[in-house]
Amino acid sequence: MTGRATSSPGGSTAASSPPIDLSSGKYLKLWQGPQHPGITGNMSVELTVCGDEVVEGKTHVGYLHRGFEKLMERRTFIQVFPIVCRVCVPEPDFNEYCYAATIEELAGIEAPERALWIRTLILEMGRINSYMMYLGGQAGALGMGVIGQWTTYVRDLMLDRFEELTGARIYHMFILPGGVRDGLPDGFDGRMEETLREIERTLADVEDVMFHNAVFKKRTKGVGVIPVDLIDRYGVTGPNARAAGLPNDVRKDHPYLVYPELTFEPVTGTDSDMYTRADVRRRDVAVSVDLIRQIIAKMPRTGPLTAKLPNVLHWKIPRGETYVRGECSRGEYGYYTVTDGSGHPRRINVRGPSYTHAMALLEHLIPGTNIADVAALMVSLHTYPPEIER
Amino acid sequence: MRDVLSPFLAWKNLFRDPVSIRDPLNREAAPRYRGFHKNDVEKCIGCGTCETICQNGAIDMVPVDGFDPKNGDSGLRPRIDYGRCCWCALCVDVCMTGSLTMSNAYKWVDADPDAFRFIPGVDAKSWDGSEHGYVCAEGHHLTALERVPMDEMEPEARISNFDEIVAGYDVARAKLEADRCVSCGLCIATCPAHMAIPQYIEAVRDGDYERGVALLYETNPFSNTCGRVCTHKCETACAVHNEGEAIAIRWLKRHIMDQVPQEKVREIVGKPGPATGRKVAIVGAGPAGLTAAFDLAKAGHAVTVYETRHAAGGMTRYGIPEYRLPYDALDRDVDVITSLGVDIRCDTRIGRDVAMADLHAANDAVVLAIGLHLGRSTRIPGSEHAQVKKAVDLLRQITDGEAFDVPKSAVVIGGGNVAMDIARSLARLQKQIHGKVDVTVTALEDLPHFLADREEVKECGEEGIPIFDARGPQQIVIDDAGRVTGLRTWRVKSIFDDKGRFAPSYDESDELFHPAEMVIEAIGQASDVSLLGEALTEELAWNRGRIAIDPDGRTSVPWLWSAGDCVAGPDVVHAVADGHRVAASIAAVFAERSDARE
Repeated sequence: MTGRATSSPGGSTAASSPPIDLSSGKYLKLWQGPQHPGITGNMSVELTVCGDEVVEGKTHVGYLHRGFEKLMERRTFIQVFPIVCRVCVPEPDFNEYCYAATIEELAGIEAPERALWIRTLILEMGRINSYMMYLGGQAGALGMGVIGQWTTYVRDLMLDRFEELTGARIYHMFILPGGVRDGLPDGFDGRMEETLREIERTLADVEDVMFHNAVFKKRTKGVGVIPVDLIDRYGVTGPNARAAGLPNDVRKDHPYLVYPELTFEPVTGTDSDMYTRADVRRRDVAVSVDLIRQIIAKMPRTGPLTAKLPNVLHWKIPRGETYVRGECSRGEYGYYTVTDGSGHPRRINVRGPSYTHAMALLEHLIPGTNIADVAALMVSLHTYPPEIER
Repeated sequence: MRDVLSPFLAWKNLFRDPVSIRDPLNREAAPRYRGFHKNDVEKCIGCGTCETICQNGAIDMVPVDGFDPKNGDSGLRPRIDYGRCCWCALCVDVCMTGSLTMSNAYKWVDADPDAFRFIPGVDAKSWDGSEHGYVCAEGHHLTALERVPMDEMEPEARISNFDEIVAGYDVARAKLEADRCVSCGLCIATCPAHMAIPQYIEAVRDGDYERGVALLYETNPFSNTCGRVCTHKCETACAVHNEGEAIAIRWLKRHIMDQVPQEKVREIVGKPGPATGRKVAIVGAGPAGLTAAFDLAKAGHAVTVYETRHAAGGMTRYGIPEYRLPYDALDRDVDVITSLGVDIRCDTRIGRDVAMADLHAANDAVVLAIGLHLGRSTRIPGSEHAQVKKAVDLLRQITDGEAFDVPKSAVVIGGGNVAMDIARSLARLQKQIHGKVDVTVTALEDLPHFLADREEVKECGEEGIPIFDARGPQQIVIDDAGRVTGLRTWRVKSIFDDKGRFAPSYDESDELFHPAEMVIEAIGQASDVSLLGEALTEELAWNRGRIAIDPDGRTSVPWLWSAGDCVAGPDVVHAVADGHRVAASIAAVFAERSDARE
């Protein structure tokens, strides 16, 4: 083991700690990842451990870089539409919504009312799926494999709903600039209600088995605490911020789509540890279930689904720039789009919450943790590397 | 304690039925699932819009056995590479015919990786008959199907004058109309002059009218004319025509010319090429002759055009009424051509003022572009009467401003555009002189098979001119005083015999009498070839009454070319295409001769 680490262990108290002397033989460098094409594994964390204790963690990304933002600059506005969902695999619909919304704003197009309701429905369906993936992953990272089987099952039921509504299970490619591609299929309401009930039943089981579980509590309570003063400094949003007691929710703070017409309160916690974050997300699923019921009950069933677009084959959008955001399952998701009057976006920047949560925040939280907790800590920040690397 | 016992609740699931699907390999996807592609290749027109919109480059348009290029069909069909496709279905959304759809099939196992690049609808697949799968939602179109309307004069306002009926697009409407074009280019193949239609429509979208004029003049020096009266076959080939209204290609062409001042047009067209010392004589200053003159002058050859009539333009001036093609629009086209140094000698008839032999002697090449100025006769009883006129003769008289007795009532025989032109012109004169329109049109063809443009038929009706279709003229009735009183017709049962020859048969029991002071025959025209002289007429090869030419427009006489209506039949844009063809052929012959001399 040679060389010296560049920073010191101990998080905020690190300034006073002695530098890590790798040649002392007390420390070991350990790479966690990249080994998995899924949620946390396709970035890697370079750990410096002293026995079981991690004294430093450096995040390394770049293994999944696909150059989407650059690709978009070489596509026409309609051709960007099928690309964007791929920016974030487990919750693709925010890309579709944010992209469509920026384009509509810059081109002066207004999506019809009915499309706004369907978009909201899709985003809430996607949120549930994302949380289900998280709950399974969080439990799995602590050795509770059965939770993942349950949540994967209900996620699959929701994918069935996605399939019948959008024509695809994972990459829906359904929210396109101007509106949505189609209305609800016949009998959708009933099947959605069945799915919601199954989700509620599963959620109750998850609560019993995961949240009222001495082992889970032991492993997660008081671990990975995000100090509240870090929330704004590190750009922390979503459940990671709400678990610290801040009611940050774009759906409330900067209402979009039809959220002003829906009744809900942001779910918050107090302890800002891994357990609270998991609990906030579990309760957030229930909020989404309720929101979907409200949407199904209130949404208009007739009317246009798309606004009239210019001919998409040579669609040029006047010079302009805008930022549109939404509250995804992990926090603030946004698209910053710049147009220059040509037929292609001049620049699109995707603001995903994982960029801040998985890199700077994780590096801050790792020192002082047990090596066995690092994977669970990563999961508890609910980050998706595909969306770090656009 | 709860935290210790509660996790054991997981065991209760032991007693539940499994939730997994028992036969996942045969699970059917949702009805609107975006699965493997299907294509109704008979309906597909090979426009390639699917290829254009595909952001993955997964679609290539490829030739397919059994599908040859034809009007409005490139003969190509989409081949999809499933190594690249992302199943976004934009190709389905944009498909101009609705032929491209998706099945809800999603499983395809094959050991050959190349198998996944296939031509839907041609390479048979198990899902070809699938009833389910993604189709474009009703009303969801990525392109606009309805044509942007153009202002035009109401029938009451236009019937008493010869003012141009259509106003032309303003800039905003032209842009909207141009925006509908999908730039597939099927129109280019159909246009006889192969104009760069998608490109000049793009110039309209961009508001770059000078680029538009430059593009128009690459293939057509009669864009003011063609922008108004072209037969616009391109619009029948337009991909949008399949599910909506074709792009108004003709009006957009006119719009470009309307936007650029004449001096600028001359500047864009440029100067004649460096003088070559070659001389070419062209007989006839119609679109064919003047297009050839334009090309030859641009190439630096000295061109003289001889025209019998008082002004240049040929049939476009002397056949087409001013309400369709104002003379000043035609004058602008001619002006650009003369600005290149083309010498047009009007009121000069070959065979009378200049001998054909002299033209041959004084020039390196001669082009005959003499049009079709002789009206044909029905030769039915009574057709020799002085009050039985030929449409082309009357139209010429109207253009030249020659006075003639406008009949209070008239009947026109013919169902083509010339019949419409004379009927509508006479109607205007009747309105001006007698205050009342009384013109009737009778035609052999029934309305669905009418030769005249649909707009012409529609506008005829609006102007109070009844059309009797499927009526065969039998006799022009003349009373005891020797005056024409009208036309007797029988209903047409069929026009052609079973071998496709012209042999109309009639239902004699269905007879109509159309009272009229004058009968006008508008059943076709012929060339006045008397100018050739006996020797040349004898020397030339002929093809069913027309001068025989090779595909380059060369006659059987080495120094003589022929182009336009007189060899190809009546059509402005064909004449323009012909003009280019003979100019290219003459230039090639000149180049050969130069090489031979060197």
